[in-house]
Amino acid sequence: MSEAKTGAGLAERPTSPHLQVWRWHVTMWGSILHRVSGIALYGGALILAGWVAALASGPGVFMTYKALLGSIPGKLALFVLTLAIFYHLANGLRHLAWDFGKGFEPRTADMTGAAVIAFAIAASLAVWGLAFVSGALA
Amino acid sequence: MTSYRTPLGRVRGLGAAKHGVGHFIAQRVSAIALVLLVLWAVGSGLRLATYDYRDTVDWLRSGPNTVLTILLLGVGFFHMSLGLRTVIEDYIHKAPTKAVLLILNLFACWLGGAIGVIAVLKVAFGGGAF
Repeated sequence: MSEAKTGAGLAERPTSPHLQVWRWHVTMWGSILHRVSGIALYGGALILAGWVAALASGPGVFMTYKALLGSIPGKLALFVLTLAIFYHLANGLRHLAWDFGKGFEPRTADMTGAAVIAFAIAASLAVWGLAFVSGALA
Repeated sequence: MTSYRTPLGRVRGLGAAKHGVGHFIAQRVSAIALVLLVLWAVGSGLRLATYDYRDTVDWLRSGPNTVLTILLLGVGFFHMSLGLRTVIEDYIHKAPTKAVLLILNLFACWLGGAIGVIAVLKVAFGGGAF
């Protein structure tokens, strides 16, 4: 017991099992994707701030910035950000329901988890389909 | 082993700082605001993609768009600072590294938010420069 008080004793204790020991499951994906999409949206917010800053800098800078976003890598980044937006938004609502104690039953949590992933993909495809039809991708 | 300290004196400073609930509520309330702001932003983004420079300036200068863009930036960067703070606190356990990352997170969010909001105001109130 006395060794537990020293730093070395603490370091030798087993740590609790983490990612590598669990079978992959939809709720696990849901949790990890919420963090990953949140971090992606951090980049998205910086792109948004850059966009208004470019607009405030005049037509030359703005059209260059817009061309950058409209390039293939730019469009790819924006598509991934669209997925992140819809995923984080829908899963955020799932989190709000959990805050009220609703939806914790394993079957419900599995279902809402899968639904949120499906929604993010469907909504992103819908928005980009709409962009294609409206000529925004031209 | 008689202690002359009062029970209150012994426990004072040992418990939770009672600040966690503020973070919890701020994260949820900003999330609710962002549900609406982000849906508006996605709809606006679809239209803005077809706009040239002049159209975009006119769009941002209209009152509702000025207000909502500033709210999106302000609430967004605020929510982000809370979110990444949690991620850093969960994964980084070395005190100096953690402190540096937490400060960088705050600086990045305030800087990004300030640049964004001031740029919107510059466009909204700018004179003949445009």
